[in-house]
Amino acid sequence: MLYSQDHEWINVKGDVGTVGITDHAQSQLGDIVFCDIEPAGTVLSAGDTAGVVESVKAASDIYSPVSGEILKVNEDPADDPALLNTDPVANWLYTIRLNDPSELDGLMDEEAYDLYCRG
Amino acid sequence: MPSDTKEQHLKKTPLYEKHVALGAKMTDFNGWAMPLQYGGILAEHLAVRENCGVFDVSHMGEIAVSGDGAEQFLQTLLTHDIRRLAKARWIYSPMCNPDGGTVDDVIVYRQGDGFLVCVNAGNTDKDFAWMRLNAPSGVIVTDLSAHFSQIAVQGPKTEEILAKTDTSEAMLIAKTGYTGERGVEIYLSPEDAPSLWDQLIEAGATPCGLGARDTLRTEAGLPLYGHELSKDISPLEAGLTRFISFDKGPFIGRDELFLQSHDENRRRLVGLTMGGRSIPRPGYAVLCGGAPCGSVTSGGPSPTLGAGIAMALVTKDADEYEVLIRGKAEPASRTELPFYRRRI
Repeated sequence: MLYSQDHEWINVKGDVGTVGITDHAQSQLGDIVFCDIEPAGTVLSAGDTAGVVESVKAASDIYSPVSGEILKVNEDPADDPALLNTDPVANWLYTIRLNDPSELDGLMDEEAYDLYCRG
Repeated sequence: MPSDTKEQHLKKTPLYEKHVALGAKMTDFNGWAMPLQYGGILAEHLAVRENCGVFDVSHMGEIAVSGDGAEQFLQTLLTHDIRRLAKARWIYSPMCNPDGGTVDDVIVYRQGDGFLVCVNAGNTDKDFAWMRLNAPSGVIVTDLSAHFSQIAVQGPKTEEILAKTDTSEAMLIAKTGYTGERGVEIYLSPEDAPSLWDQLIEAGATPCGLGARDTLRTEAGLPLYGHELSKDISPLEAGLTRFISFDKGPFIGRDELFLQSHDENRRRLVGLTMGGRSIPRPGYAVLCGGAPCGSVTSGGPSPTLGAGIAMALVTKDADEYEVLIRGKAEPASRTELPFYRRRI
């Protein structure tokens, strides 16, 4: 699993990545009450807004860690946003077909991400 | 994502160490390091609606007004009628500029021969200067904020919790609050605050932060200075007409407020409930029939109602509005304030 500076995780198999928010992100956000991801078919560049999650206090954009086309959106967190607090890894947000796997080189591994969060 | 606050430059209340020890997420509120939340905003919100919550509100300012002519001075300074204090323990009142804009909204208590004015934390210095500027000779205005701590105990179980604690050191216990629930605000000296705080939690009160304070007061339709009130928003526009006494004699801002009261096209504060799942936030544009007509002053998810709610300042009087959320006009129905009213 790889991590972005914007606190998303991505798990890549072949040319398909599964994207979610990290435990650090959900902990910083607090109670999540809204989740909305762009529909399947949306084409994103790395860093584009893929959707939004909202806590009680604020709305936070989800930035796609990689470029590609959204293949599938997980409806569970949209129906029950609190799932993102209880298990942000099991409750992935969307899958994406990667345009450029070399973008993964710019992401962090778990150790680097832990250091980044503590920084 | 929110970032951690640099707390070293912020003012701290006498309960700061307690908040840190309880694992609170701290935030910068008008220059004060205050707890945003402990366990979670939703749980804290629910605790106040169903049981009892305790809030550190020591950041609030306390300004004493005494001397010859103190009552007449406050009568001129505030929009509400100070003579109501003959019967009431406290009054709530806006304080206006000559142009009708709001300097602050305050609570006034009678204290011996004088008065104690509780003001918003971020406005304390400004209010103190404004009061000094307008005070006639003989009236003494003193900023006592450093000598007061404040703990708010709010919720249907407030009496049960208070019965288990020793409040004998309190300087003032007022049946006021900012949550829409029954409860009290306890004024006490800073050195007594930590002990009472511990007792209240020991007795079963849930520590609550500013996050829950905001969702609770929004459901209760209570204004927050800087949102529903400001130097550019009059109390009349904010729907606080019942706290403006036009027949009490002259007061600062009266002429302009009187003109506004006869202007049917003035801005008005409305309550909005979202039709869908989307959540209105402060600053979002409000549309009426597709045309911009104002903006959201406070908004967020209502834990009690399970919908997005907002207060908005608008120029159009209608039953249905839209809120512009990330480029989409989302339907919002006008809702009479408050959104939530406690069972008596």
